[in-house]
Amino acid sequence: MKKRLLALLSILLVFSVVLAGCSEEEAVETKSRLDVIKERGKLIGGVNADIPGFGYVASDGSYTGMDIDITRAVAAAVFGDPNAVEFRPLSAEERFIAVQTGEVDVLARNTTQTLSRDASVGLAFAPVTFYDGQGLMVRKDSGIETLEDLEGARISVESGTTTELNLADQMRKLGIDYEPVVFDSQDAAVSAYEQGSADAYTTDRSALVSRKTTLSNPDEHFILDEVLSKEPLAPSVKDGDSQWIDIVSWTVNALVQAEEFEITQANVDTFLDSEVPEIRRFLGVEGDMGEQLGLPADFVYQIIKAVGNYGELYDRHLGPDTVFDLERGQNSLWTDGGLLYSPPFR
Amino acid sequence: MANDELTTKQVSIPETAPPKTSIGVLGWLKENLFSSWINTILTVVFGTIVYLIVVNTIEWIFFKAEWYVISANFKLLMVGQYPVEELFRVWIAFTLISLLMGLSWGIWKGTMGHLTIAMTAIYIIVASLPFVLIETRIWLLVNIALIIATYFLGKRLTKFKKYILIGWFLMFPVTMILLSGFGVFDRVGTNLWGGFLLTLLIAIVAIVFSFPLGVLLALGRRSKLPVVKWFCVAYIELIRGVPLITILFVAQLMLPMFLGEGVNIDNVIRAMVGFTLFSAAYLAENIRGGLQSIPRGQFEAAEALGLNATFKTVFIILPQSLRAVIPAMVGQFIGIFKDTSLVAIVGLTDLLGMGKNIISNPEFLGTQMEVFLFVALVFLVFCNMMSYASRRLEGALGVGTR
Repeated sequence: MKKRLLALLSILLVFSVVLAGCSEEEAVETKSRLDVIKERGKLIGGVNADIPGFGYVASDGSYTGMDIDITRAVAAAVFGDPNAVEFRPLSAEERFIAVQTGEVDVLARNTTQTLSRDASVGLAFAPVTFYDGQGLMVRKDSGIETLEDLEGARISVESGTTTELNLADQMRKLGIDYEPVVFDSQDAAVSAYEQGSADAYTTDRSALVSRKTTLSNPDEHFILDEVLSKEPLAPSVKDGDSQWIDIVSWTVNALVQAEEFEITQANVDTFLDSEVPEIRRFLGVEGDMGEQLGLPADFVYQIIKAVGNYGELYDRHLGPDTVFDLERGQNSLWTDGGLLYSPPFR
Repeated sequence: MANDELTTKQVSIPETAPPKTSIGVLGWLKENLFSSWINTILTVVFGTIVYLIVVNTIEWIFFKAEWYVISANFKLLMVGQYPVEELFRVWIAFTLISLLMGLSWGIWKGTMGHLTIAMTAIYIIVASLPFVLIETRIWLLVNIALIIATYFLGKRLTKFKKYILIGWFLMFPVTMILLSGFGVFDRVGTNLWGGFLLTLLIAIVAIVFSFPLGVLLALGRRSKLPVVKWFCVAYIELIRGVPLITILFVAQLMLPMFLGEGVNIDNVIRAMVGFTLFSAAYLAENIRGGLQSIPRGQFEAAEALGLNATFKTVFIILPQSLRAVIPAMVGQFIGIFKDTSLVAIVGLTDLLGMGKNIISNPEFLGTQMEVFLFVALVFLVFCNMMSYASRRLEGALGVGTR
């Protein structure tokens, strides 16, 4: 009897300790993300380290790419220093857990914005930084020209991505039987296609373009005109902290707006003397827009000074001077017929 | 005489050389490769396959492969993003190891000598690569010179065996302090540790710390104290029932969730702890196998000598059982060394992870074969050195002969 009582007591004790731990945890979590980051002195960005053009390690050891620069822009907005950031390379499977647990402050890793990720995964998305669409690459001599020709074909695809699901959806809609060949990395999926164990390879069109340049005979392959899905790639943060969501969102907006104002990394200083009220507010020469977000007044100036505007980012990593030479297409400003549109800074 | 007719007549037949087809190269070929029509067909078929593989491989290695991806990223593959201006710290750690290796070679000769010679050979190969930095070359040459110098020194210092052993044990904390700073130097965050350096560190930590832990768990599992026994059983079975990658995922992703936001454990440390805990459970079972192989008489003899439980275990039982399971343990260590490449999945940039990042650089697109082959080669060399050391150790301790 005594023993049993003792056991019960000790169980109670353990539970109370656990519960006490929980309440402490909640107390910590009420601290805003911005404060946590400022206290830490650097931003932690969840990125991709193995997608050409978007995130990779350059020979000098620095992370480089479109998504990397967007993360740097956020760091510049908070600290005025694009290097006050630690990059955490994440795989497709672990990226959401890393955001949910607060391991990373912002996720800029080729992530497609979807309803379920917004709602049930608990992410909050910033504006889209790259409009992509899923495409298919096939061999020219295979005679495949449309999706219907893929009847019975083996299609290689990376697992755990929306790509895999879109492929299944589209094929079911069209009533085409195909054989998915699933791999857990892009490299494996591409080499399976290249070595002929798959007839087609599917992923986002931006990645297809870059992957095509790596094949041993790029001219023997071509990308189907049909687009399987919309893939708006957007940075995201953990849901629930509206201030931090706003900061990341308006960082992206600032990149787009700067291109619209034709403010570049090189000429941003000359705009500081501008008489145009919109630009004066935009660069923080007057007004309190930075303050409203909890950032320094000149946060936009710092972003542009650090990484340039959206067009510069694009040209640096995907534009005509790179091996990809990717058309701006949907990723042009709305004034040029694209989809990039920043709400007004006022 | 009639008998004369029956006796064999010595007729001398002139000696001739055996037919050309049964001696020399031709004879060997006929006997081993073309002895029957089935063998002939097999020989021709497999000969053609081997020929094609060899020719294509050689052609690829020497003419098609773009090895500049390795030369341009050699530093990244070796030490990851460790800052260049702080690299001297890695070299100091390296030099200290060379110093100890040279001394050990001089003192113990044998296996230690072979391993040291192998390491020196690797240094020489790396130093003679055309693309390494001049600084790297100088450091390597200093290291080679040091190894040779300390070898001769070590030959005369045979009395100092104990101190050399202590030196090896101190090597680990010293290396950690050198690499991370710990107040002595500027801090270099573990997020900058990478490449082969990270692979080695994780493997060494896991091997060094899992060994004592494994011994304790093995002894604990055989303990008569129920709490100790059941704790050890539960621990071993829990860890063995879970794949390593799951443990790594838990360590990297779930742990922060459990600990809350205030506590932040470095993610390299988390990986190291994960590997150590995992390896300890498997080692414990290996060692338990050794413990069970000790005949009852040994226990009784030890007790008859009046040894208490501690002395009995430390001096009689453990040395014999550990010796018996060296092959299994080294197999486990080699496994752990190779398993370190799993950290690439949880976002650490070890040798393999760094390789994956490099091939995404637009400049080096399409060079995955070269990079992965290089990674495989590095693993091959080090795993072979480990298994060689184990074989020599077995020989020296007379495993299987006594």
